[in-house]
Amino acid sequence: MGGFASDTFLAALLFGAVTAAIPLLLAGLGEQMSEKAGVLNIGIEGMMITGAYLGFVSAYYSGSFWLGFLTGAAGGVAVAALMALLCVRIGLNQIVIGIALTLGLEGLTALLHHFQFSRSYPRLPAAEVTPIPLLADIPVLGSALFRHHLIVYLAVAMVVVMIWVYRRTQFGINLQAAGDKPAALDVAGIDVIRTRTAAVLFTGGMAGLGGAYLANVGAGLFIPFITNGAGFLGIVLAMLARGQPVWVLVGALVFGGCLSMTTAAQVAGVNIPTDVIQMLPFLAVMAMLVLFGRRASLPAALGIPYERGAR
Amino acid sequence: MMEHPRAGLPIVTLEGVTKRFPGIVANDRVDLDICAGEVHVLLGENGAGKSTLIAMLSGLQQPDGGRILIDGAEVPIRSPSHALSLGIGTVFQHNMLVPTLTVAENLALGGRWWKRPRTAELAARVAEIARPLGIEINLGARVSELSLGEQQQVEIVRALLRDSRLLILDEATSMLTPKGIAELGALMRRLVERGLAVVFITHKLGEAADFGDRISVLKLGRNVGEIPPERLRSLERAALVDEIVAMMFGRQAGDDAVSIPPRAANDDALLEVRNLSVAATPDAPGLDAISFAIGHGEILGIAGIDGNGQKQLAEALAGQRQAVSGSVVLAGQEINGLDVGGRRRQGLRYLTDDRLGEGTVGTFPVSINYFLKEIGEPPLWRSGVERSREIEARARELTRIYDVRTPGVSTPVGRLSGGNIQKVLIARELADGARAVIFNKPTYGLDLANTLATRQRIRDIAGQGLAVLLISTDLEELLSMCHRIAVISQGSLVGTVPNGDGAGERVGRLMIGIAA
Repeated sequence: MGGFASDTFLAALLFGAVTAAIPLLLAGLGEQMSEKAGVLNIGIEGMMITGAYLGFVSAYYSGSFWLGFLTGAAGGVAVAALMALLCVRIGLNQIVIGIALTLGLEGLTALLHHFQFSRSYPRLPAAEVTPIPLLADIPVLGSALFRHHLIVYLAVAMVVVMIWVYRRTQFGINLQAAGDKPAALDVAGIDVIRTRTAAVLFTGGMAGLGGAYLANVGAGLFIPFITNGAGFLGIVLAMLARGQPVWVLVGALVFGGCLSMTTAAQVAGVNIPTDVIQMLPFLAVMAMLVLFGRRASLPAALGIPYERGAR
Repeated sequence: MMEHPRAGLPIVTLEGVTKRFPGIVANDRVDLDICAGEVHVLLGENGAGKSTLIAMLSGLQQPDGGRILIDGAEVPIRSPSHALSLGIGTVFQHNMLVPTLTVAENLALGGRWWKRPRTAELAARVAEIARPLGIEINLGARVSELSLGEQQQVEIVRALLRDSRLLILDEATSMLTPKGIAELGALMRRLVERGLAVVFITHKLGEAADFGDRISVLKLGRNVGEIPPERLRSLERAALVDEIVAMMFGRQAGDDAVSIPPRAANDDALLEVRNLSVAATPDAPGLDAISFAIGHGEILGIAGIDGNGQKQLAEALAGQRQAVSGSVVLAGQEINGLDVGGRRRQGLRYLTDDRLGEGTVGTFPVSINYFLKEIGEPPLWRSGVERSREIEARARELTRIYDVRTPGVSTPVGRLSGGNIQKVLIARELADGARAVIFNKPTYGLDLANTLATRQRIRDIAGQGLAVLLISTDLEELLSMCHRIAVISQGSLVGTVPNGDGAGERVGRLMIGIAA
């Protein structure tokens, strides 16, 4: 047994793809809402690493995965609140603040982790999986797709929730107006700053949750810089998805598949230098940008702080 | 015509409303009564303060002085949503619909976020409002697919959906076809018959006379006259037009004294333009067979409402914009084929109105900005290497001659005031062999002292025998210094008036679309 075609390989590849895709999906769905509302949230990487760190610490001491997810999401929201204050309310440059938040929080979490655990990297126990009855028994696919932690199914369900929010709710309409023509929203009597702030906070929560999943379930431990660009991939996904949540899911699975190639190849005993395989997600980004990037349409007011009456 | 019972009662009253922006007073103690059942026309040129007044009524700006009364009680209008809740709906000059949303979604915009948009209820209410007004609204259409007239109707319906008692239409006809304008006029009539107040802002006199029940004229931020309904109805159209023209363009005590520079008897054309045409772009009009000639020492003014092709004309002459056809002759020599640099060397100079964006490099020192168009050329550059000492010496000299107030020649030009940046530009453009100079809004944004200094400089230039084309939206300015004034409208010259007695009113009539 061995090689790319074996059942073991396929199962490991698919299982890994889903595990790797979930943080990207959460980050991408979160980023999508910010972008719809006109805020380019570059700080999402910082929100993710904060979620990963706080989520891990909280799960490690409490022994509860759910408390870990909750703390991670709360950490992301806290960072997002800072970002919303600086970029939405005060109107500072979104790119500069986003990069500063990301770099600052990567350093801060690494430092805190070092104080707490010195050079040891304690692990969490394996996350409890919730097999979906019947589906989980399908050979290969069952164990790859339907034996995951409950949060995985919830994340996928979020895609449907987001579609509903954007298509059917007043909030969804307001969001799109905030991104495409904020002045129109303002004269219609809705506070643009508040709408955008809500979107940024949501992004923070989703990114924090994604980070906590990445550390607690995906890796089972926290190491500094563990997010390794997952937040930035989330930005790419949101941009390529053109406002459609379902494309974030598709993109996340493609990137997740590339990420899981590394581990899957090792499991299957295929001898390709890991460095080559680790380049795959980034090659995939470039390929997807070349294929679909040209058609990506972004909100007209993306990245432009709103100021009433400015001409 | 049935009078509505509420007709004639003021809904909104402005008392001494004043709004200042850095350097200008946009509204200066404006008094205004806006009454139910009336189309109240606010008439004025660019910069008369119409838009600022509307911004205050719609909650986008707060007045610095005076009071706004609603139904007789003083109410500060804090925000756009507050204005809506007071019953003031505004249709802005640039439409406020989200192009990527459908009409229904745009109409639902502004609902509380936790509520579901009620599509069926909305459709019923829209039908109820739109049908009596004769408006067809396609709720499912995406706004970007609608014509501008249709978008405007959606905005009017939206204002009515919010139970507006006062509907403000800001330059509502500027984007409409003649048919669309007539339809809008009929629609306004139906609205006031139902007891609404309509404020209709325009700079076109004909529309004011056709649609208005009451006309107020704004000029330089002040309310300079009002024609109440009784008087409006009693006047013949021609007499009405005369009266309004006198209010808008009549000279009053305190206006600048006219001082037109003397001209040499030599009447040979120095700059001659024949049938110059430029293609229109999506956001700007083209030029349609522009012809004129300017003699030695003559100042030809170009008057017109902003955005009628003034910038296109200046840029086409300077070589910055491709002309479709036509010829430009400078001192007997065709310069059509020349590029920007070539025309400059022939002596044609252009002072842009975009002083910081296009005219100078803000972060470069004053000294380099004097010589921006000679970088790399001798004598100030030798073999491509800058000769700093010569540049500085020459820059100091220019600074002295043109009285540029700057801490030093190495100060970045962006730190200077608008007036001093203008002086740097003048110094640069007049250097070495200027023959004809195009000024585009030379005093725009300058304070009074610099405005007067710049005007004197332009008179001096003409006095030296150069040809001057002076483009300005400030009619007073043109009247105070030009020999002749041509009026541009929709990219063509609609008439030329020699300066003198009554010139202001004749130019004014041309500007607002009435033959002089």
